[in-house]
Amino acid sequence: MGSPGSTIKIKKLLNLLGPFFGLLFVIGLFCLSSEVRPYFLTGANFKIILTQTVIVAIGALGMTMIIVSGGIDLSVGSVVALASVVGATLLVKGYRDSSVFSPDDIRDIPRLVSNLRTGTNPVSRFLWDQLPAERKQLLADAGSTPAQKTSALIEALNRLVRGPSLYETQRFGGVALSKETRKLAELNPQEAGLMRLNRLLLEDAYPMELAKNRFSLMRVLALTVLVGCGIGMLNGLAIAGLRMMPFIVTLGMMGIARGTSKWLAGNQTVNAPESPVNNIMALVEPLELFPLPSGVWIAVALAAFMGVVMRQTVFGRYVFAIGSNESTARLCGIRVRLYKVVIYAFAGLFFGLAGLMQLSRLTQGDPTVAIGLELDIIAAVVIGGASLNGGAGSILGSMIGALIMAVLRNGSNQMGWPTFMQEIIIGIVIILAVGLDRLRQSRTTT
Amino acid sequence: MRGLQKSFGATRALKKVDLEVLPGEVHALIGENGAGKSTLMKILSGAVRPDSGQIELNGQPFIPENPSHARRSAIAMIYQELNLALHLSVEENILLGEEPSRFGWIQRARHRELARAALAELRHEKIPLDAPVSSLSIAEQQIVEIARALLTDPKVLIMDEPTSSLTDVDTRNLFAVIARLRQRGVSIVYISHFLEECKQVCDRYTVLRDGESVGCGDMASASLEEIIRLMVGREIKEIYPRTPRPFGDPLLELKTLAGRTKPRSVNLTLRAGEILGLAGLIGAGRTETLRVCFGLDRCESGKVFVYSAEQGRRNPHRSLSEGIGLLSENRKEEGLMLGRTLADNLTITRYGPMAKLGLINARSQRHAAQGWMQRLGIRAAGTDQTVGELSGGNQQKVALGRLLHHDAKILLLDEPTRGIDVGSKSEIYRLMGQLAAQGKAIVFVSSYLPELLGVCDTVAVMCRGVLSDARPVSDWSEHSIISTAMGQNEGDTRTVG
Repeated sequence: MGSPGSTIKIKKLLNLLGPFFGLLFVIGLFCLSSEVRPYFLTGANFKIILTQTVIVAIGALGMTMIIVSGGIDLSVGSVVALASVVGATLLVKGYRDSSVFSPDDIRDIPRLVSNLRTGTNPVSRFLWDQLPAERKQLLADAGSTPAQKTSALIEALNRLVRGPSLYETQRFGGVALSKETRKLAELNPQEAGLMRLNRLLLEDAYPMELAKNRFSLMRVLALTVLVGCGIGMLNGLAIAGLRMMPFIVTLGMMGIARGTSKWLAGNQTVNAPESPVNNIMALVEPLELFPLPSGVWIAVALAAFMGVVMRQTVFGRYVFAIGSNESTARLCGIRVRLYKVVIYAFAGLFFGLAGLMQLSRLTQGDPTVAIGLELDIIAAVVIGGASLNGGAGSILGSMIGALIMAVLRNGSNQMGWPTFMQEIIIGIVIILAVGLDRLRQSRTTT
Repeated sequence: MRGLQKSFGATRALKKVDLEVLPGEVHALIGENGAGKSTLMKILSGAVRPDSGQIELNGQPFIPENPSHARRSAIAMIYQELNLALHLSVEENILLGEEPSRFGWIQRARHRELARAALAELRHEKIPLDAPVSSLSIAEQQIVEIARALLTDPKVLIMDEPTSSLTDVDTRNLFAVIARLRQRGVSIVYISHFLEECKQVCDRYTVLRDGESVGCGDMASASLEEIIRLMVGREIKEIYPRTPRPFGDPLLELKTLAGRTKPRSVNLTLRAGEILGLAGLIGAGRTETLRVCFGLDRCESGKVFVYSAEQGRRNPHRSLSEGIGLLSENRKEEGLMLGRTLADNLTITRYGPMAKLGLINARSQRHAAQGWMQRLGIRAAGTDQTVGELSGGNQQKVALGRLLHHDAKILLLDEPTRGIDVGSKSEIYRLMGQLAAQGKAIVFVSSYLPELLGVCDTVAVMCRGVLSDARPVSDWSEHSIISTAMGQNEGDTRTVG
């Protein structure tokens, strides 16, 4: 090789390319089977893989920072569950989606019902036609309770304003219903946009008043993410302030956060009402690679941001310095304890966001979700070339690590392997990846 | 032992060492730091094998192959840093590795009996057998260590600096134990810096200097003066660059500074342009003085003045912002981030000039790092090379370069030339001279007297946590420094020096 300077660059490049080749290798492996290949190598499948990667990837952004600083966080899975429960609860308690109707909006049930049944505008007719027979009967029947009528009305109205796609996306994966949406727009060519239709309905046909928002959507999102940040800060304070082992502190926090989320949710799942949150991770049609769900783009943008933070900023250098040699960091005047709190709290933001993604994916807050997620995340970070001793690791590597895990899961599913096989294979890959890395490192240093 | 030789790489730790220990005597092994005492003892205890020379044990030729072979051959060693399993009980520690057992099952009754007997022999039955060793005092831990050594019925017991961390009372108790062992016919090799103690307990002595045995004799008839002269007897060969320069205002003043255990009381005034040497034996508290002053170790009492202004609680962050920089004696474990690049190691304390809004400009960082590489003559592949791949001398220059990049006005240098080659050493001396000429102030801790005498303007000597007055270097000789460091009466030594 050329000058010594260039060998350093080549070495660096190899470090980055290692995980990348691993990813290509895993993808290539599943392409060997001629049965699976046509399904596996499609844009639609990669859209699914990318969407499935989002939660682990966002978690890995925070975890990379923690592991590079020489720490570990075992509470991530529980924090994700807690954040998803908090988010869902906030949505239930206070969020109203101004683009759909809620029971609070309805003031005059008899007039609404008669408008629907006898209305002459095409929208009313379309709506009435769309309603299932038993709903029609419910609305027509004088004996049904106001609550029953309200829910039937809401269903009818929301079918109109949002198009049926939202219901159907969840049920059928969002394939066929764009037709219905289009039909709705054709019915009223002057007012094509759904929001406009909504306003039209409210103003002209239906005497309703929108109930006020208790929390704005932004506030719900912020609070959910801040749950993660708060727990991370507690972890950091215990680790830095009491000089405790991160392993132990976060192990304890794992139980605390899990228990708290079960308590908050009353030991059951919290169904989130419809809101834009549900769309972040929805597989938007058409079922091709693009457009990708916004969750994927959020993850990509945050990864780019964190890549810059870790490599180019003073903060990032300090994270590496603390992980590389804590006593040197102290000697160099870095306020190690302060930075540890900041690192755990900052990483907590990502874990809270991962919880939000989890909420979006399930459209419910589930206190028992994401058990063992932290291990997947740690595995992704380690496959990506980070050292659990601290001081080494990269965002790009961790992202590729997260992708490798998702590809493995997806591919094994397509191959029809049972879950236990998947678990065994993923285990082997983790050990293999780290083992190869060690081998390469010892080769280059000697 | 006759004509022992041992080389580590290019350095010859032992050139020609003869040592004769009679049965049932206490033999003092005396020498400066680095004279070869530890290497010699490592050979005896089997940790290192000699290159040439012979050892005889009871008239039989003998070369210990490994520590357990030495132990089985009745040579036991007690290291300065005790080797105990702190979480285990006293009883378990005494019998560690020698547990009486049958088919892998420990015979508990016999186990206990043996441990009790070993302690009883040292008249220290009071130490509770079930207490974890970590709950004992240092002196008691040492007794446990000796009890363990006695278990294999050694003929030769080597003690390395046994009193360095003991109080006076504990020292006297230890001497009683040594006397008892001697009565039993055990030969003891007693390594110590403290000549008075040697005089008190030892029958005979051997002096090592630069890997050679330069004298031996009866303790009773030897004078301390003579022994010190044997230890020092070296001419200063290296040429140290010395530039006369005026001293400015005091930059750093320490007033009765004390840490948790060390230092006990340090008064010091450091002026601009001054290189102040801190001499003393290993463990005297020189490193701790720097660490307390810099804020790495806790300050228990005393005051620190920087630029004549009293400063509050010490911490490294504040010290650096006051312009104080510390070079750690422990380059690999504390001084450097071995896994990080040269550029980061050089510039981490002051990213300011190369960063905007927290974003580091890679090019200006490389530029700055290259500047220091050139000025300090650091030989490396580039600024992106990891520091762990550099040689010791280059690593030290990087650590020093960090202080320069930080533009520290007060440099606390702890053993800056330890373990580096002669060329790098002289470059570092020259650099120190230049810095002092620029009006910076340097505290220079070193165990190597010629460099202290060659480089420093003033020298102060530390002994058991207390610092002597700083005097101009012309008032000191190697002889007087060693005597002061060993706690000798200064009046005697100055006449000789």
